[in-house]
Amino acid sequence: MTIIDCRPFLAVAVSMLAALLIAFTGEKHRNVREAWGALAAVTKFGIICSMLPAVLAGDAYEYTLCQITDTLGLTLRTDPAGMIFALLASMLWIPVHFYSIGYMRCNQEGEQTGYFAAFAVCISACMGVAMSANLLTFFFFYELLTLASYPLVLHHRNQEALMAARKYLIYTLISGQLFLVGIIAVYCIAGTVDFKAGGILTIDMAPKWVIQFIFILMIMAGSVKAAVMPLHGWLPAAMVAPTPVSALLHAVAVVKTGVFAVLRIIGFVFGPKLLSQIGLIDLLAWAAALTILISSLMALRQDHLKRRLAFSTIGQLSYIVLGASLLSPMAIKGAYLHLVAHAVMKITLFMCAGAIIARTHRNQISELYGIAKKMPYTMTCFTIASLGIAGIPFFVGFISKWNLALGALQAGKPIFIVVWIASALLAGGYLLPVVQMAFFRKDPQEGIRKYGEHSNCMVIPICCTAILSIILGVIPDAYPHFFRLATMASQAICAGWTGGW
Amino acid sequence: MSIFAHHAPVFIVLLPMTASLLCMLFSRMSRNLGCYIVMASIVGAFASAVSVLQQVVAQGGKAIHYYMGGWQPPIGIEFVLDPLNSCLAVLVTFLSMVISLYARPFVKDEDWLHVGGYYTLFGLLTVGLCGMIITGDVFNLYVYLEIMSLSGYGLIALGGRKSMLAAFRYLLMGTIGASLYLLGVGYMYAITGTLNMADMAQRVAPFMNSPLVAMAIACFIIGFGIKMALFPLHGWQPDAYTFSHPAAAPFIAGLMSKAPAYALIRFMYYIFKVDNPVVHSALNVIGILGIAGMLIGSFMALAQYDLRRMLAYSSVAQIGYIAIGIAMGNVYGFIGAVLHIINHAFMKSALFLVTGGICYRFGEVNIYRLGGLNRKMMFSSVTITLASLSMIGLPPTAGFFSKWYLMLGSYTAHEYIYIPVLVISSLLNAIYFFRIIEQMFVQREASLTEVKPPTTFLGLPWEMVVPIACVGIGVLVLGFCSADIVVNILKLGLPEVFVK
Repeated sequence: MTIIDCRPFLAVAVSMLAALLIAFTGEKHRNVREAWGALAAVTKFGIICSMLPAVLAGDAYEYTLCQITDTLGLTLRTDPAGMIFALLASMLWIPVHFYSIGYMRCNQEGEQTGYFAAFAVCISACMGVAMSANLLTFFFFYELLTLASYPLVLHHRNQEALMAARKYLIYTLISGQLFLVGIIAVYCIAGTVDFKAGGILTIDMAPKWVIQFIFILMIMAGSVKAAVMPLHGWLPAAMVAPTPVSALLHAVAVVKTGVFAVLRIIGFVFGPKLLSQIGLIDLLAWAAALTILISSLMALRQDHLKRRLAFSTIGQLSYIVLGASLLSPMAIKGAYLHLVAHAVMKITLFMCAGAIIARTHRNQISELYGIAKKMPYTMTCFTIASLGIAGIPFFVGFISKWNLALGALQAGKPIFIVVWIASALLAGGYLLPVVQMAFFRKDPQEGIRKYGEHSNCMVIPICCTAILSIILGVIPDAYPHFFRLATMASQAICAGWTGGW
Repeated sequence: MSIFAHHAPVFIVLLPMTASLLCMLFSRMSRNLGCYIVMASIVGAFASAVSVLQQVVAQGGKAIHYYMGGWQPPIGIEFVLDPLNSCLAVLVTFLSMVISLYARPFVKDEDWLHVGGYYTLFGLLTVGLCGMIITGDVFNLYVYLEIMSLSGYGLIALGGRKSMLAAFRYLLMGTIGASLYLLGVGYMYAITGTLNMADMAQRVAPFMNSPLVAMAIACFIIGFGIKMALFPLHGWQPDAYTFSHPAAAPFIAGLMSKAPAYALIRFMYYIFKVDNPVVHSALNVIGILGIAGMLIGSFMALAQYDLRRMLAYSSVAQIGYIAIGIAMGNVYGFIGAVLHIINHAFMKSALFLVTGGICYRFGEVNIYRLGGLNRKMMFSSVTITLASLSMIGLPPTAGFFSKWYLMLGSYTAHEYIYIPVLVISSLLNAIYFFRIIEQMFVQREASLTEVKPPTTFLGLPWEMVVPIACVGIGVLVLGFCSADIVVNILKLGLPEVFVK
């Protein structure tokens, strides 16, 4: 049942409004400014949560704000798939906002007003992407996200940031335009661009090569933001941004938007049935599998902590892409679960990295001897998240990987299980040395080192997300009910399709 | 129906014309009186245009015919206002209104001759543009074309020393264009024996295969091509836009190429009709020129360091968008072209308004010396950013929507070549507009001399800030309202070819 209600737009509007208020409040009243952000974050999460019961009951909220073209409207709709992403992003905005306050003040960064405003717009765009009901609305928010995250990458206003921001724009604008071409083609072929679980295109609508071509165009667009190799170049470069930006945007918002785009395209535009008819999906699966392995290997050789995490992100995102491209119910469910799992774990890791940088001003992993003594909570959380990435049971990463592996079996492609196992081992290989370095190596210059101030504003959010990653690992269906939502989404997409098992 | 509403079509032209012809007289009496009268008359023209648009939409899109002096066509001259051109008349008069306000600080310190002269020319330019858009008679169109061109030459020549040459060059080329148009009209009169557009459309149908018609079409394409700066006939345009009077540049750059583009649409879609092979091959020519313009214009824009010159070349590229829209010959292409006329008028005016503001305050507009502008002129920087995003065609700004319809048009017309061209052109636009945004917001503050130190906290006199804000917000509003414009106005005024 569809309920006409403007709450989806409220969720988007809250942080837009916050961005305006932040911009007008300015640096003079910085506590007021930060209060706007916090207020918006909590309100937004409240609004999204208030829609949850109905969505779990199988209903959807829908609202059309205005027409954007003669036939298409700016429409938001909450289906289970979108709900997962909306819940996730709005939930994680709360800790990241507080963390940002701590980080920006500890580091005495400039341009904080612009930073918080752009941040709020990004979250707005993210909500829009999550809940959009048709491709054009999706594209609107997708491009808005590109524009709003551009100043964040550019935050330091120096040569390196400038180059990274240019690189980011080149990748995302090109992919955005290709996406637009794909949308036009879908619209002309199918006569509609409304998302429908199971796909809106069918094999008899156009010649096979046309559909294949459109698929490549659209997937390429999604893959750029999802950093599937060889389209990943912008992501390590964009790590010049302040760490909270890397945490939220490059672990939750931007890259997840890319993955979410891939999931939408596969599940709601083309549909598993059509994709298995036109082939090509194996190509995507292998690209994702290779990305997982290569990026894990590359992560091993990075000494810069944030860069190592960046390559780890590239690999983990491809888990989701690989899960989606296996086209079996379990794999798609696993993909949605990993969307959540990876966000929770990677945000913890990035926030830890930021805390380390803010406190010790050390970026290189080889310099991190003995910091666990100074920052015990931070490093404990880092360990928890690392174990989660490695896929140890009772951490959130395990649940999703289990489902992904089952999905590979269900799809009749057990070879991919090997990829996941190899990557889990590699993940252990590149993250646990950091832990070992921090806990078990002694700092030779301990006496003379100076440390920055300790900020609860940073430590508490880190602990929260770390605890969350354990809770979700032990009770996967805890409150926001990600597990049930993921099951509903994959059932809707795969209705009447069992993945060829 | 009130008298005003009944005569509103003619007021659009009549009010500014009377006011500008009397402007010098009033200026002689009191320095600013003439200028106020012209401004008031343009406000009146805007009100009339809005009232006409309301009437047309209320009638469900049926065109309003206004006979001059009560003489019935084909003997008399008539103004025909359908949803399409009344919408454009609103556009022209609105921009003219805000830009006439914008020009005030530039002429404030001049003597009566210059103030009066400037506003006379400005008013006449408005008259020419409006007349070209609303007339229903091909020879009358020529008259307005000349009014537009002559006042345009004057405004360009007012810009300063180098502008003389630019104006003279435009005069030479513009005269060739206008003469070619007149030649085309001659051929058409020889074939059909009428000058009324509707009449001509009916009578020309049996003769569509005659070589004379092909000749006339060629004349029209080249004539209007010169006037709208369609590549490769754009030679006059970069100099003219760069050196024209800074207060008039937004109007010249935003609209002077649009009225000929609209006239071309009139001829192709309403008189010759796009469904026959002669017109079809003519459209192909326009399409190829459009593609070339989009690419070469953008490349040339990349190479410029003067902001005004860069914008001028970007106009060559944007006229290419309109040209390919015309060339598609289907509903969506048509809508895309018309929507782009409207959108581009707003975006380019916005950009030139800000450029003029920078020029007013600092006396130079070098792209590489814009650093720190976001602190000095906050409002203007935001407007530039919005207009730039619109130029690139990113949602939700206006430029995205014309691109959407153009892409849709090229897909449905099965002329797929336009799609990659549109994509490449957007990306090239992104390169040179993000360069400006980067300069403004990121680079170190440039050391510029303040020619006219700011009097308000926004960095410019309020007479300039208001137009900049209006047009800047307009870019966003047009984006959000584009569906309304398309559904409620443009779709009511589709040419007969598409309706049947």
